[in-house]
Amino acid sequence: MPVMQDTNHVLNRIAFGPRPGDLVRIQDVGFEKYLDQQLHPDRIDDSATETRLANLNSLQMSTADLFDRYRPPRQARQLQMRPMFQNVPQQILQELQAQKVIRAVHSERQLQEVMTDLWFNHFNVFWGKNADRWLTTNYEVTAIRPHVLGKFKDLLMATAKNPAMLFYLDNHLSSSIKGINENYARELMELHTLGVDGGYTQKDVQEVARAFTGWSINRPQVSGEFMFRPRMHDNGEKFILGHKVNAGGIRDGEAVIDILANHPSTSRFISTKLVVRFVSDDPPANLVKHVADVYRKTDGDIREMMRAIVTSREFQSSDAIGAKTKTPFEYVVSSIRTLDGTTNGSRPIVQSIARMGQPLYQCQPPAGYPDHGDHWMSNGAILERLNFAVALAGKNIPGTSVNFDEPVKSVIARLGSPDFQKR
Amino acid sequence: MAITRRYFLKSGGVVLASFATAPSFLTRTALAQADSGRGIDRPIIIAIFQRGAADGISMVVPFGDKHYSAVRPQIAIPDPARSGSEGAIDLDGFFGLHPSLEALKPLFDTGHLAIVHAVGSPDNTRSHFDAQDYMESGAPGNKSVSDGWLNRYLQASPSPDATPFRAVALNATLPRSLSGSAPTVAMLRVTDFGIRAQQANPEIEAMFADLYKDTFDAVKKLRSVNPQQYTPASGVQYPNSAFGQALLQIAQLVKSSVGLQVAFADVGGWDTHANQGATRGQLANRLKEFGDGISALYNDLGDRMRNVVILTMTEFGRAIRQNGSGGTDHGHASCLFVAGGPVKGGKVYGQWPGLAPEQLHEGRDLALTTDFRAVFSDILTGHMGTKDVSKVFPGFRQTAPLKII
Repeated sequence: MPVMQDTNHVLNRIAFGPRPGDLVRIQDVGFEKYLDQQLHPDRIDDSATETRLANLNSLQMSTADLFDRYRPPRQARQLQMRPMFQNVPQQILQELQAQKVIRAVHSERQLQEVMTDLWFNHFNVFWGKNADRWLTTNYEVTAIRPHVLGKFKDLLMATAKNPAMLFYLDNHLSSSIKGINENYARELMELHTLGVDGGYTQKDVQEVARAFTGWSINRPQVSGEFMFRPRMHDNGEKFILGHKVNAGGIRDGEAVIDILANHPSTSRFISTKLVVRFVSDDPPANLVKHVADVYRKTDGDIREMMRAIVTSREFQSSDAIGAKTKTPFEYVVSSIRTLDGTTNGSRPIVQSIARMGQPLYQCQPPAGYPDHGDHWMSNGAILERLNFAVALAGKNIPGTSVNFDEPVKSVIARLGSPDFQKR
Repeated sequence: MAITRRYFLKSGGVVLASFATAPSFLTRTALAQADSGRGIDRPIIIAIFQRGAADGISMVVPFGDKHYSAVRPQIAIPDPARSGSEGAIDLDGFFGLHPSLEALKPLFDTGHLAIVHAVGSPDNTRSHFDAQDYMESGAPGNKSVSDGWLNRYLQASPSPDATPFRAVALNATLPRSLSGSAPTVAMLRVTDFGIRAQQANPEIEAMFADLYKDTFDAVKKLRSVNPQQYTPASGVQYPNSAFGQALLQIAQLVKSSVGLQVAFADVGGWDTHANQGATRGQLANRLKEFGDGISALYNDLGDRMRNVVILTMTEFGRAIRQNGSGGTDHGHASCLFVAGGPVKGGKVYGQWPGLAPEQLHEGRDLALTTDFRAVFSDILTGHMGTKDVSKVFPGFRQTAPLKII
């Protein structure tokens, strides 16, 4: 498609904003090639970023190791473990937050990081909910990351079978013997696939919950692995969204994932979500329709949906440029990037993001953080953004450094300007 | 306002006669009138949103309904008569407070806490997101209403001497209830609201004062009252939590006379699908924080409560029968609390729909007998002086006023 690309706009959308030199670099490579690289992150060398993550030990550990090393406080007392600062579960959160910030600031695979942020928020889990303190790291690493540009159905299945999700939405307790728990079944349809107006009923919620009975966790506070428990499963016939489901055992839930992933409401809902994120809070109807068509033709291939969005006329239109308000995370990361900065993602930077209204991995409601600008720009949040700009330009944020040769005042004016709150 | 005051004098007298522990504000009506002449005694509403759908029949237990304990074999709150301190706290022989809400009992006894039961949104959704949105927009079922009900109250009642602090949410982001064209403030902490780098401060403010005018007008207003040091009234202790902190900040703003009329705070953790517990446990812990927080705010504001109403809300209630994991799934009606000097309390308002299987909404939830807008309207007309609530709640017709105020 021979459209003139606004490189700055592209980098504000499929990356966390430009670093100095990026514009020239990408114009040299050419837009088409840059996009293609970003759509295939495995082909991009990112070893420098990996090196920055090397001492975040918890990222490389299995869930069982995390439980073993970072004991729940009560257990630690019982075992008379020495209360070492590094061994509290809070440390797991800090490392998880640090890797998110480090990758967003430094990774060459920028689109992968944007998509990871988007899908984690779409399939939100709340780190603070009991066992999720130990389960969330593995959730992002194994359920979200590998699928962010893959098939939507694979992403959906990976989240459905992940202990962090099963624990967060209580499905691990849903049982044919004691009774169902509707929590996951409802949010699966409302938030993950069909959308609230996607055409399901209360009866469907109950039938889907029956289909997922037995999708559970093996020793949630010890090993934290997915486990199907046949004795808890309701093997009776279910009727879901007009389909009869009687595959039996674990295949009941898998059949439901199949039905949901192939439902027209899902293609519309997911396309809308992507277009809102990448184009406008007010998504152009024609583009949503086009992307939903791509979903249906490609079996929900996220990479192809993204290609369709970024190469669309709507993406390029002047209505779209600068139309999105940066989330606190996007604001902080893009600020460091524009100042050619480096960060170790430590607490001061993460706390700044939290004060602007987005504590990372700590969004309690299953809907995740809203993706519309009005939500983020309260006057308290603006002041927090200005305070961050002052601290960053003044080189007063431990663990983060920036490089610029303008006067400090002009840097503050730039980062604090209404324009820089937009992407 | 005049009606409010008249009623207050009347009921205050009655209450005083029977309760020795009545708050001292009941004896200070002369001061109240003097204050109102100086414009520092504006009526205030403090809205508290219990996000996640709080279980109404655990908060205010219908122990008098013979079906109650049967539908909840593990998680019912025991009958007050039979279980002493482990049971519900009897209010009127039929309803009882969850024991973790004991801090609210004195407010009920002195006639300044009203409860509305079987209240909620007439929309049938069991989606947290939609139901919160409808309650905050004040327009159930209508997704085209873009502003919040409290903002429309501000729009409908313009105040010539309004300050930037007329409406404040103690939150990093602005809740839907307050969003709209009338100016509002959202902040996490009073002492953080400004540019914190001391040396650069005036320069930075000058740089951004025109770009973010509303924000810096608010910063200047706050600085003029200098609310740096704040110690709650003696003996008052707020819960050590984000919610407790938010309520403390509200008290600070009320007492700083910054022109506050509408305050908003959130309290989460009510989505008790699993192991909610009964007298003790997960829900009990949340209720303790909730009740202790409101009680602390009430006592901290002391005299000033004479013209303050605290209103709680939650997006829907929970299913009547417990589920398979000792919790409750999404339901329909719940209950809410209204506390303050102008409130005709000491009473559970609303018609009780009953818990027999045929009385339940869709065979599973507490049926709704009071639209939440009826309660909110009552407070706006009776307490906040709103003349025409149809601007705040489009399409809502109040049939029989509850007269809580």
